[in-house]
Amino acid sequence: MITNIDKNYIKKMVEEGKRVDGRKFDEMRKIEIKKGYLEKAEGSALVKIGDTEVVVGVKMEIGEPFPDSPDEGVLMVGSELSPISSPEFETGPPSEDAIELARVVDRGVRESKTLDFKKLCIEEGEKVWRVCVDIQIINDDGNLIDASSIGAIAALSNTKIPKIDGDKIDRSEFTGKLELKNIPIACTIVKINGKLLIDPTFEEGNSTEGRITITSIDDGSLCAMQKGNIGGFTPEEIYKAVDLSIKEGKKIREMVLVAKDEN
Amino acid sequence: MTDNEKRPDGRKFDEMRKIEAKSNLIKRAVGSGYFKFGKTVAISAVYGPVEMHPRHLSDPLKAFIKFRYNMLPFSTDERIRPGPSRRSKEISKVVREALAAVIDLEEFPRAGIEVYSEILQADASTRCAALNAASIALANAGIPMKDLVASCSVGKVNGKIVLDVAGKEDSDGEVDLPIAYVPSENKIHLLQMDGIITKEEFKQALELAIEGCKKIHKIQVDALKREYESVGEEVIEE
Repeated sequence: MITNIDKNYIKKMVEEGKRVDGRKFDEMRKIEIKKGYLEKAEGSALVKIGDTEVVVGVKMEIGEPFPDSPDEGVLMVGSELSPISSPEFETGPPSEDAIELARVVDRGVRESKTLDFKKLCIEEGEKVWRVCVDIQIINDDGNLIDASSIGAIAALSNTKIPKIDGDKIDRSEFTGKLELKNIPIACTIVKINGKLLIDPTFEEGNSTEGRITITSIDDGSLCAMQKGNIGGFTPEEIYKAVDLSIKEGKKIREMVLVAKDEN
Repeated sequence: MTDNEKRPDGRKFDEMRKIEAKSNLIKRAVGSGYFKFGKTVAISAVYGPVEMHPRHLSDPLKAFIKFRYNMLPFSTDERIRPGPSRRSKEISKVVREALAAVIDLEEFPRAGIEVYSEILQADASTRCAALNAASIALANAGIPMKDLVASCSVGKVNGKIVLDVAGKEDSDGEVDLPIAYVPSENKIHLLQMDGIITKEEFKQALELAIEGCKKIHKIQVDALKREYESVGEEVIEE
């Protein structure tokens, strides 16, 4: 947690039009993306936003399809707020925050229709690819949703599909890359002292009067949203947040596209 | 679909299903509420303020709101396995945050206020019904609040923005957008969205949802008033 002294300081700074780290209200911290960061995972990425650091790994598995979509592959997103990354986090089953984080990332990817689930079908009704995306927080300095969302799409963008040998997967050979139709990017905006701030640090994220995450796709449409934390937004504030997230989303999408594949 | 065309169940694009709201139906609870949108039915009860358990979560400056959203096993076509799911945990979180925003938490330092919503029957907008019922239950329990929170959802079905999706629209729809709104402060306290929508469509959808919430807010107030009017009549009769 953060102290009231810190919270009040952050609010006072915002009133003066400033942020503790000197950024403008609509300015992101420095983003670093490394695709193909790991070798054992079929897809992976390391993402840093300021001091926040997240590793995302994708494993491809063969599984059964869901009964209501027998000819479609499956996407699964999990996250662990590991105690390695913050004194706030504890071991044990996923907390409410971890579940929300994974579900917001999942919704962004799924609803963008970037994956063609029909192409991930191996044998209708029997076998499909399960795309398992796992998010590991390495260092929590706020805005875990955006870092994880960038990490997830960056990892998916360098995911290779292993060869199938009978009932087994031969992970030494690949039949191709996982195809993505677009790059959904989540942007999180918080309200502090009546002002909208993009990319909150840990301290800012704990001083909010509301948080909203807006995921946009390549053509500037929106595909997912989530309001969180206690505190509301007026419709005008939401429209402003939507504009800001589309604008910043476009820049981040470019960064994901040009990031070098290390593998 | 044009403005004059009807939806699968015969409603207009800005028409909600039939709504029913009641308060004070669970006598053991401090307060309770009932909210029905067409076939979606939620009941809610409030217990507290009580001593906060677990104790380490008690806040010396304000009350802690506990909220659980739960879909009953028989509420849908296929039986739901009882117990919490990832979906229900996420919904419990966002609904709790919306409720906590209107409650005067500072009135009850260290206390816990327990709010439970059960979905008896599900036909879309269950989180909205759960929140509407809980909001009535909190007011019925006499918990000091800034206002009631009202919630409804809009969707995009066959390219058209419609209020309160139901039935076939829910499975066929391209976008689902539930919100919760507090009319007195013109603020949105819950907002989730999935599906592809343009900025302009989103604006149209949000405006339609806000109009829906304003109507629901009136129905919630009426449900509470009815309860106290009948109390008033009893007193007069005596």
